Amino acid sequence: MSRFKTKKGKGSAAINTSSLPDIIFMLLFFFMVTTVMREVTVIVKQKMPEATEVQKLEKKSLVSFIYIGEPKDSKLYGTSARIQLNDSFHNVSDIPEFVAKERQDRDEADRKFITTSLKVDGATKMGIVTDVKQELRKSGALKINYSTRKKVAKRQ
Amino acid sequence: MAKRAAPEINAGSMADIAFLLLIFFLVTTTMDVDTGITRKLPPPVEDNQEDIDVKDRNVLKILVNSRDDLMVNGKRMDVRMLKDKAKDFMSIHPNDDTYPETKDKFIEELDKTVVASKGVISLKNDRGTSYEMYIAVQNELARAFNEMKDEKSVDMYGIKYSQLVDPVKIKIINKLVPVPISEAEPEDIGLN
Repeated sequence: MSRFKTKKGKGSAAINTSSLPDIIFMLLFFFMVTTVMREVTVIVKQKMPEATEVQKLEKKSLVSFIYIGEPKDSKLYGTSARIQLNDSFHNVSDIPEFVAKERQDRDEADRKFITTSLKVDGATKMGIVTDVKQELRKSGALKINYSTRKKVAKRQ
Repeated sequence: MAKRAAPEINAGSMADIAFLLLIFFLVTTTMDVDTGITRKLPPPVEDNQEDIDVKDRNVLKILVNSRDDLMVNGKRMDVRMLKDKAKDFMSIHPNDDTYPETKDKFIEELDKTVVASKGVISLKNDRGTSYEMYIAVQNELARAFNEMKDEKSVDMYGIKYSQLVDPVKIKIINKLVPVPISEAEPEDIGLN
């Protein structure tokens, strides 16, 4: 009993913070694992249209992206819609090469599951999109995904 | 006097270092999931392929012009009406001339024959159509077919299509409610 008394007399002990780094590390590892670093900088405007019937794009590693839209730097590149593959502007005729390269980067078993995600700005005209789709058809990349934002549906 | 052990390394700043890294990853993390409407493109056409004749009553012709106007079977229509029109078009009316013809379709999984519609939805857009409008049309059509799948699924299994887990059931519903959307070969119509 006398022991307790002496302790009380010294005032409350400091909170033990030795496990704080562990907690922080745990959070850190969570974010490290979930983080997906952006591989390309998008240089075209991207204001995706909204849709209600959207599906999630799964297996990110099997998706290749094609960005279409008005260049962000319109003073340098003009205002007509352009196609962005990887990090630079390209023409429609470059798409077969892009598709072939995307295929080569994947495992042979996964090649037929590659989805091409078209990230197209809402204000773009369909002409360029149709051209891209025709090229994709010719190069055999038939699975496509029109990237859209999810709109909260008002069900009647 | 006992000899003292080597002094412990001060780990007090460990939390600070971890915090710094944590904040870096917090800032760089993007949690957004990519969503979109998935479609399958038809394989490229060969030059010598013959046009398949489809009867007029079996086709729902959807045209979108460069001013984002919508025309369905020769009549102007609002996008919001398209879903009901598509659903109505795909519904089965064996003895009505204004609806598409029907055919008997054998479903292996169910081991029975069902009546299916021969209807095809043909979508054609101009080069000047805006992508926003095109997605709106695609979305309405997707909604029509999703609702039809839901109805069929509730009919047969009591739950919605999106809640089905059994792949066989999903396959059956997909066979019962096919998505016959055909996109026309691009053509240049009108100026943009």
